[in-house]
Amino acid sequence: MGQMNNISAIVAGGLTKRFGDFVAVDNVSFDVPEKEFFGLLGPNGAGKTTTIRMLTGVLRPEEGKVSIMGLDMDRDPLLAKSSLGVIPEIGNVYLDLSARENLEMFGRFYGLSRRARAERTSALLEELGLGGRADERIKRFSKGMKQRVSIGCAIIHEPQVIFLDEPTEGLDVQSRRMIVEKVKRMNKAGSTVVLTTHNIEEANQLCDRVCIINRGKVVALDTPDRLRSTFEGARSVEVTFDRPVERSAFFDRCITKVEEKGNKMRFYTSDPDQAIRKIMAVRDEKGLTIMELNTLAPSLEDVFVKLTEATR
Amino acid sequence: MNMEIMVRGVTSIALKDIKVYYKKAPVFIFGLILPTFLFFAFFMGRQLDLGTYYPGFLAMALFFTASSVGPLITPWEKQAGTFERLLTLPVSIPVLVLGDTLAGAGFGLIISTMVFVAGVFIAPLEIGLVSLLALPLLFALGNLCFSALGVLISSPAGPVPSNIMMLSSLIRFPLIFISGIFVPLAEMDGAFRLVTMASPLTYLVDGLNHALMDQGVLPLALDISVLLVFTIAFLLGANHILKNKAMKGL
Repeated sequence: MGQMNNISAIVAGGLTKRFGDFVAVDNVSFDVPEKEFFGLLGPNGAGKTTTIRMLTGVLRPEEGKVSIMGLDMDRDPLLAKSSLGVIPEIGNVYLDLSARENLEMFGRFYGLSRRARAERTSALLEELGLGGRADERIKRFSKGMKQRVSIGCAIIHEPQVIFLDEPTEGLDVQSRRMIVEKVKRMNKAGSTVVLTTHNIEEANQLCDRVCIINRGKVVALDTPDRLRSTFEGARSVEVTFDRPVERSAFFDRCITKVEEKGNKMRFYTSDPDQAIRKIMAVRDEKGLTIMELNTLAPSLEDVFVKLTEATR
Repeated sequence: MNMEIMVRGVTSIALKDIKVYYKKAPVFIFGLILPTFLFFAFFMGRQLDLGTYYPGFLAMALFFTASSVGPLITPWEKQAGTFERLLTLPVSIPVLVLGDTLAGAGFGLIISTMVFVAGVFIAPLEIGLVSLLALPLLFALGNLCFSALGVLISSPAGPVPSNIMMLSSLIRFPLIFISGIFVPLAEMDGAFRLVTMASPLTYLVDGLNHALMDQGVLPLALDISVLLVFTIAFLLGANHILKNKAMKGL
């Protein structure tokens, strides 16, 4: 995890964007300090992509402002965009060019000298496992390889801020690991990272803080641990019995919800101690044997589902 | 600093277009093969004076080649998903328009120069001082003007290149028939002449007639000025439309 300090790498202040009558993003605000790994989560259509498009200068907000490394995106778009690197979901690179040509071309946009372009391109292609195929046309590459080229293009200028829009969606395990490791290394080296993803576990592992957006509004913004702790009611006890049991046997004030899958049952509670007492009472009454028992803290996914359901 | 980034953006966009789009099949078909067939269809088997028609054919070659790259770029980039990515780079819409225009003009300049060099050997040209001064200006302005027209045609594009190539043909073909290429400007009168004056290609044909045959109908300064005005109008139009339609189809 990156070390945080007080300088804001990204400031989103009251961002609002409408498409006709539809409000896609409604007064979204957050600051991302330098070197933070920041997650932007939300269901499909929540407004994540529109928010990212405004942060990266693709869309202009109707209200609000964006600043990147202290530069106002509206007043100084070219300078603000110079410190960004954007890795889109699909490896959007030029298929008629080779991996080397793609990286060098992107380096030119950021004003790298010919020598710097050549050196960084060769080093990055090696690091991304593409050194042996650097001069082949990308048309023949797999999806994972194209995405690695896309990442190379986004970081050729060693950006201070990196935006990743679901970068590992649909990739094989090796490509996914390589990409995650590379981004982690860049974050450790000082880059601020904004990650949008549907993979809650990935966000949980990587992000210092996560912002959950739903219906265009920020519904939560905190560290994964603190978000989980605010949902104590989502704690649960998971028990495997030796045979199936009627869920009605467990109805009690201390158990808010029961889920069952064959012999395995999950009891949601705000008081695990009371819930376990109730479960033991039913066990004795019915002559059951407990094969396995676990208490579970709410996952970030539980928090995400609760928050996005609540505002649906 | 911003000016430096802008200039770098324009040249980077142009170089990208040259690498990616000069080799695309639609550029060859609409930029080279079609005007060649048109030339042969009109000229072969007829007893026409090559000197009279050569400036018109040179203008037609320049027009078709310079305007063939621009219409392809935006819809192709939108289809490939690279257009949105370009917008995240340190470039703006005016930079995109200028870069694409420069790339189209470069293609037109290469091909029209080759046609001109061939013409020096096969057509009875009168290359004098006027030619030496006016030709580079007419080539530069003509290529920029028609390349900007190509970029303007593609500016409202979604992610379907074939739609824009069709629109491009619908606009470009009528222009060559009303611009003094097949019917010399001096032989036109009435309403037809008025329509002809609305085409930017007319002024290039007339300018080349001045420079190569010493036979222009309008003043050369007027030809050059009108080409300049059309170039600026096409660039401003492309910039305005692309600003409003940049997200179409994304």
